[in-house]
Amino acid sequence: MCGIAGLIHRGKSSNVGSELQGMLQALKHRGEDSTGYALYGDTDGKNFIMRFKVGENVGEGSSSVMEDVSVYDERKKIVDETLAEMGAKIVKEERTLPYSLRYEIDYNVKDLLEFSQRIESIPGVEILSMGKSLEVIKDLGNAKMVCDRYSLDKVVGTHAIGHARMATESGVDIKSAHPFWGYPFSDVSVVHNGQLTNYWNNRRVLENKGMRFMSECDSELIAVYLAEKMRDGATLEEGMKASLTGLDGVFTYFVATKDSLGMAKDTMAAKPLVLYESDDLVAMGSEEIAIRSVLPQEIDTYDPFDGEVKVWQI
Amino acid sequence: MANLKTVSKKSKAQSMGMHTEVLTGRTQQKFFNPDEAENFYYFGTYDVDFNKRTELDVKDMTAPEANKEIDNLMSQGYGTIVIKNPQGKHSLGVGILNKLNLIFEGSLGYFGMGSCDGPIVRINGRVGWSCAENLMAGKVVIEKNAGSCFGAAIRGGDLICKGSVGARTGIDMKGGTIIVGGDAGAFTGFMMQRGRIIILGDVGINLGDSMYDGTIFVGGEIGSYGSDAVDAELTKSDQDWLKRKLKVAEIGENFDVSKMKKIVAGKKLWNYDNLEPTEKKGAI
Repeated sequence: MCGIAGLIHRGKSSNVGSELQGMLQALKHRGEDSTGYALYGDTDGKNFIMRFKVGENVGEGSSSVMEDVSVYDERKKIVDETLAEMGAKIVKEERTLPYSLRYEIDYNVKDLLEFSQRIESIPGVEILSMGKSLEVIKDLGNAKMVCDRYSLDKVVGTHAIGHARMATESGVDIKSAHPFWGYPFSDVSVVHNGQLTNYWNNRRVLENKGMRFMSECDSELIAVYLAEKMRDGATLEEGMKASLTGLDGVFTYFVATKDSLGMAKDTMAAKPLVLYESDDLVAMGSEEIAIRSVLPQEIDTYDPFDGEVKVWQI
Repeated sequence: MANLKTVSKKSKAQSMGMHTEVLTGRTQQKFFNPDEAENFYYFGTYDVDFNKRTELDVKDMTAPEANKEIDNLMSQGYGTIVIKNPQGKHSLGVGILNKLNLIFEGSLGYFGMGSCDGPIVRINGRVGWSCAENLMAGKVVIEKNAGSCFGAAIRGGDLICKGSVGARTGIDMKGGTIIVGGDAGAFTGFMMQRGRIIILGDVGINLGDSMYDGTIFVGGEIGSYGSDAVDAELTKSDQDWLKRKLKVAEIGENFDVSKMKKIVAGKKLWNYDNLEPTEKKGAI
């Protein structure tokens, strides 16, 4: 059991970091092994924002192996050198935690796939997100703990999706935490509640097509599956509709891009989702109490039906 | 009741060959004797006055606190209780075995009104998954939409949703009536064993999948039939019953019931006529 939540403001920005924190914290009983945020903040759109990690959080029930901080420093140094070799200029650098970094990069990226492959060829380094608006922040603990740790409550933007995880299919670590970046597409992220039963079959097929997996978490498949569909020319909505038959198992998932937010529900409707929709706001979550954290007044909500796919624009 | 820990002689049930094991611990046996019907009551129920009304704001309460306070108010004789600010909390109003007028001014989360027997409930909002699960008797009316597993395993009573409901409505239901004014999701009536479901709108795929018994009436389009679900003739008595039920439910009063589809189980099951608890209560 995991909890997912998402919201999109249409025509305006809001304090999405704080709002998503409230929604995810309301769902913490569905899992607090890890919590992740995909925030689409207000930026000038000039530079890429790369969130990446050079190690794992080894505390708080983690299943990861302890490493010396000097290893993280060494990996960071190699990342910096690699960026310089590629002609990427680090405009701003933040190191919130020894293993977690945020870079603003001035770089005319032609191919994010090649860029990402070079960065991730450094052992122990994983790009959590890459985009001009998207920032994926995920760590162990519940929503409030992660929000406080990364000071997310001040983030202003248009939309966001998040995930409160109870680990089942893979370990308690950041690499298995959601959201997953839709590698190698800029500004694409995915969260999922459910279980995919044809993960390994799909993974083998997609890896043979050159797609990359960073974890053994079945939910990562959705991000990779959609990325592969879009690589082949499908729109996001077309890829999501294809996933209803291409993915086997039970699932409700959200996917977000720079300017849109979508949801898909499997044909058995086995996983919950409650949705509120108005002209200026769409909010959805695994349970209504998540929506109530941002809209405490009486509102009309509903459950999307089986096999339903919806996409909203900002 | 005999002290079950110290029973030495054969009990009535043992004499009938129904039980041979030695009962220990907290196990209880109760027998329904028509001569003792007036002595039959649920533990923890109260004499309430429907004209005695109060309000309860649960905004800052947890679900157990709210449920305990409802119980406390019933113990004081309040027969009409209005709940303010439920705000989608889970498990509100569960386990009420009393006659009671209960009104929720807002929406409920999961498992609202579960395992109840007797209350008349109106929810002026939406309900989450598994609303009124295991309802034995009474009436629950939802003014807006409902989530999945609406009325799961109910054994009696009327469960009415004026909006649309999610998947697996009436899953495993063993009696009672579910009425939906809008649409219903996939697997409606999944494994239903008795009772009736009325959907005035459309239903999703696999309607009545693996149903044992019971009847489903659909006013709109059907996504697909599940295994074991078949069409049946809509009789005059069916139509009369539908009209009466919809009128009492204050929903779809002018709906043309003659065009509804009737779906039943296509298989015959053996050893399938044991009385359900509500029917036992009716018998006594």
